[in-house]
Amino acid sequence: MINKTVQSLAEAVQNIHDGATIMISGFGEAGSPIELIHALIDQGAKDLTVVSNNTGSGNVGLAALIEQRRVKKMICSFPRTANSTVFPELYNAGEIELELVPQGTLAERIRAGGAGIPAFYTPASVNTPLAEGKECRVFDGIEYVLERGIKADFSLVKCELADRYGNLTYHATARNFGPVMCTAATTSIVQAKKVVEAGIIDPEIVVTPGIFVNHIIEVSNPAHESDLVAQKLTYPW
Amino acid sequence: MVEKQLKIGWSKTEMAQNVAMDIPDGSYVNLGIGMPEMVADFVPSGRELIYQTENGLLGMGAVPMAGQEDPELINAGKKPVTTIPGACFFHHADSFTMIRGGHIDVCVLGAMQISKNGDLANWSTGAVDAIPAVGGAMDLVAGVKRILVITQHNTKDGKPKILNQCSYPLTGKGVVESIYTNLAIIDVKKEGLFVRKLGPNVDFEYLQKHTEAKLFQ
Repeated sequence: MINKTVQSLAEAVQNIHDGATIMISGFGEAGSPIELIHALIDQGAKDLTVVSNNTGSGNVGLAALIEQRRVKKMICSFPRTANSTVFPELYNAGEIELELVPQGTLAERIRAGGAGIPAFYTPASVNTPLAEGKECRVFDGIEYVLERGIKADFSLVKCELADRYGNLTYHATARNFGPVMCTAATTSIVQAKKVVEAGIIDPEIVVTPGIFVNHIIEVSNPAHESDLVAQKLTYPW
Repeated sequence: MVEKQLKIGWSKTEMAQNVAMDIPDGSYVNLGIGMPEMVADFVPSGRELIYQTENGLLGMGAVPMAGQEDPELINAGKKPVTTIPGACFFHHADSFTMIRGGHIDVCVLGAMQISKNGDLANWSTGAVDAIPAVGGAMDLVAGVKRILVITQHNTKDGKPKILNQCSYPLTGKGVVESIYTNLAIIDVKKEGLFVRKLGPNVDFEYLQKHTEAKLFQ
């Protein structure tokens, strides 16, 4: 019998190893799997490469993982946040690496990684510093830059509904990078607001097919990052 | 008798109105963060525009009422929004398929610098200690059919933003179609920068004095 649900956040993240590449869903706080990130902080894995659109807010979630010096490199499109100094301070001190990627290129690199495509050409970033050192090629009179697909050892994703097969739905703009990240990781770990019986989610509205998901943990009342930041909380509490 | 000071150029809301007038009925539109967001408030009646926000929503509606915000229903500036009837959500790869694939008709962006060739710099000053952050700007300028720029004509300390060549790192080369400033509306053409409309109490000489690149009438 297939049952991808696990009983605790600690169990969900137990196999994440030092040096792992981890994709973390979210655009700002929308879709950020904050409870899984906190479980990863508790678990202790270090020297991580994290692929995520941003670098977290305040001193919780992804910002806390970075603040705990667990991340050696960030691959992201927008590492500036109005309400967090964690990443900028470490970056300016030369203590964390940054690979800056245009947002659409980041999404497509993850999609390609999950789809078995090692590289692709995109027009984004041509003639800019982000294309320097990369192969460029003209197709039909337009210049493109070669970008590599990205795969990860793990992805940490937040969704709305899940069933034991790993079929997922999302809520509003919390979907963002979740579906592509589930496809591109060897092991996808998902926190769901609600785990339902197989068959409850209409097959017509499944967003992430269960084949892309490995572990599901129900977190029925996930924290809102903005609330934690407003309370000036720091994780670990 | 108190002499009333002449108002020179357009206000921010008038600038947003100027942009809105140039977006045809039925367009799919992506608005950048900041001043571009104001354009949505001035769509002429009788026109229907559909707003895409690159974090996964087509059919973005107005700002929600106080207390009705959903932290997981936000725009690209990470501010709470609403959906219109007929809206849809999608993931990031689909979002940039819309953008890069040429399916979005118009994108309105802010600018730090624009060159006479329509090069746009709007993501980094290139300063060593600045944290570089690009977001979706490079994908938008590469893929959206029409790129309109809304910006103050000069920097806060009075320096020109419309230059012969951008000194900041580019977002994209030769991508800007038209520039909407407080002083003028300027179209970028192969032959150069052509002034389409001057703001109130702005004459061509005044405009040229505040612009590094040569302008044509």
